[in-house]
Amino acid sequence: MTEDLALKYSAVILVTFIGILAIGMMLVANFLLAPKKKTLEKALPFECGIPASPFSWSQIHMRYYIFAILFLIFDVEAVFLLPWILVFMEPITMSPWVFYEMVFFIAILLFGIVYSWKKGMLKWK
Amino acid sequence: MKVIVQLTLVSSAIVAAFIALLFSGQNDIFLKALGASTLFGFLSVVVLAMIWYERKLLARIQMRIGPMRVGPFGILQTIADAIKLVTKEDLIPSETDKTLYWLAPIVVFVPSFVVWTVIPFTPSLVIQEMELGLLFVLACSTLSIVGLIMAGWSSANKYSVLGALRSTAQLISYEIPIIVTALTIAMLADSLNLIEIVKAQSSVAYVLFQPLGLALFFIAALAELGRTPFDIYHAESELVGGPFVEYSGAHWSIFYLAEYFNTFLFATLVSLLFLGGWLGPWLPGIIWLFIKIFIVISIIFWIRGTYPRLRIDQLMEVGWKGLVPLSFANFVLTAVFIYYSWSLWILGFIGIASILLIMFTYKKRKISQPPEIILISSSEVRRV
Amino acid sequence: MSGEVIVFTIISAMVLFGALGVVSTKNVGHATLYLLITLGSVAGIFILLLAEFLALVQILIYGGAITIVLLFALMLTRVDEFSSIKDAVQRPVAIVVSVLLLGVIITPFLQETLGGQSLTESNLRTLGHELFTKWLIPFEVASLVLLVALIGAIVVGRDD
Repeated sequence: MTEDLALKYSAVILVTFIGILAIGMMLVANFLLAPKKKTLEKALPFECGIPASPFSWSQIHMRYYIFAILFLIFDVEAVFLLPWILVFMEPITMSPWVFYEMVFFIAILLFGIVYSWKKGMLKWK
Repeated sequence: MKVIVQLTLVSSAIVAAFIALLFSGQNDIFLKALGASTLFGFLSVVVLAMIWYERKLLARIQMRIGPMRVGPFGILQTIADAIKLVTKEDLIPSETDKTLYWLAPIVVFVPSFVVWTVIPFTPSLVIQEMELGLLFVLACSTLSIVGLIMAGWSSANKYSVLGALRSTAQLISYEIPIIVTALTIAMLADSLNLIEIVKAQSSVAYVLFQPLGLALFFIAALAELGRTPFDIYHAESELVGGPFVEYSGAHWSIFYLAEYFNTFLFATLVSLLFLGGWLGPWLPGIIWLFIKIFIVISIIFWIRGTYPRLRIDQLMEVGWKGLVPLSFANFVLTAVFIYYSWSLWILGFIGIASILLIMFTYKKRKISQPPEIILISSSEVRRV
Repeated sequence: MSGEVIVFTIISAMVLFGALGVVSTKNVGHATLYLLITLGSVAGIFILLLAEFLALVQILIYGGAITIVLLFALMLTRVDEFSSIKDAVQRPVAIVVSVLLLGVIITPFLQETLGGQSLTESNLRTLGHELFTKWLIPFEVASLVLLVALIGAIVVGRDD
């Protein structure tokens, strides 16, 4: 069994390696073929005609963070759904408890969505 | 210099792991390597064909004729474009964070290619069949979001930072409906193995049981791919290309390649999860699969030629107030139907009815106003 | 040395390399990249322990979601305005705390002899059986914890 799983994921490493190799070849070809003439104008950041103001650390709006937290919470919930979808119909675990447990679980988190909706957090402002 | 040493260390670790695997006595590893290389070649050809087809189709929708000059019907146009991109100067603006700027395309590209390890074209034509294949696909697709932030942030350009932030907000919001709908399908098939999921559809394709699921998955996939009407993070007229503003040459084409790999991936996933994959009468399986993928891709391009772009606040509202609750409702409803072993055909009818209901109410909705924009000077920003 | 040990050594080296990178670099973007290396390599260790599900969850939750939340949280700060603030004062304390923590982690390994236990592949179904029979109540508490986190985020991010 050990061999099996390690072998399966060795295929993943292999594909990663080949992917990197392939785009590496593309980058090397680009490096060899492309002209390399540096000028001051080319090194400027893109702007719409005006001289670019120096880039500094930009503080982001709170809303991004709220949505990231929401995403994290529902991602974790999805992970809990994963074992459940496979076992809730199996004879060992098939009981109304297991089934309604998950319905309750989803209901609690949907309450979270409703709450943030009411608080106006789902609005992009 | 330090960066180069670190990069060498990481890459030599990967190479060492690779060699260790080679000598661990598994001789079909060469076969797999060959398969993966073939896959890359195949996907590249598919991407070239897709770009040509997209341009032709868009042109026809807009009463133009599209590329005509290079080769018959302009077939060689994309190849000429690819050659142009490789021979283009790879500019690196002066203020960029060089390491991240270089690595970001790779971080975006690698997950989009690695996903194909587990995607089956037929039951035997797959690099590695995996018990948790669907979860693997979902896990990989979240990884490339980090690459987008890296690209935008390291470019040190206001447009790219904005594009990166918006793309992240968009992608994470639509990831949830994708995962939940995919899990609903896995629940129907009682497996996360993609081959098993297709085999479970041998009598009825899941689109008939899950029309609502297909609609949710398809809309969320459009957003996940950054395709019209959800192409807010490219938004050529506002953000001049989002996270990729500063990129040129080969680096830019890697992003482009990853994007089309993902388009093809989601078309394949829709075919596998909802349309019965390679199952179909008379023709060999792989041809059926490609016909289905072709239809899905055509619809994606058709939508691009038809719909205007959403605004970002509308996008987030559609995501969190529409798709997320609906996908969970669909999940629970399907679970109830399976648990009480009610006929799944009723579920299909409920799905179609709810799609019609949503379309009707959506037409009658109150159109939300754009958020108010207050202009303040930078000194005021500091004080707030 | 068996192949497993070689692979384990390489992966652990990558975990440590990434972890050291995260704490030693001052550039947030680079720190993210190091963090990705570490979290991805930890997924590799899970694979070696035959916990396929955990490995994929590690990629999905930590590689994707947590990294993004961390990045956003860091980008909320105003680094350029308070560049004078340095962590140098806290360094001795940090060293003491981390040495203590290391001691706590190492102690069980010193007391018990590990090894000799055979690993069995953890199946998602068996995991589900365990979770939904033995651990039903903790599982439900988890949903409440998630809800609390959500409400907490909303309270922190409110306008007024």
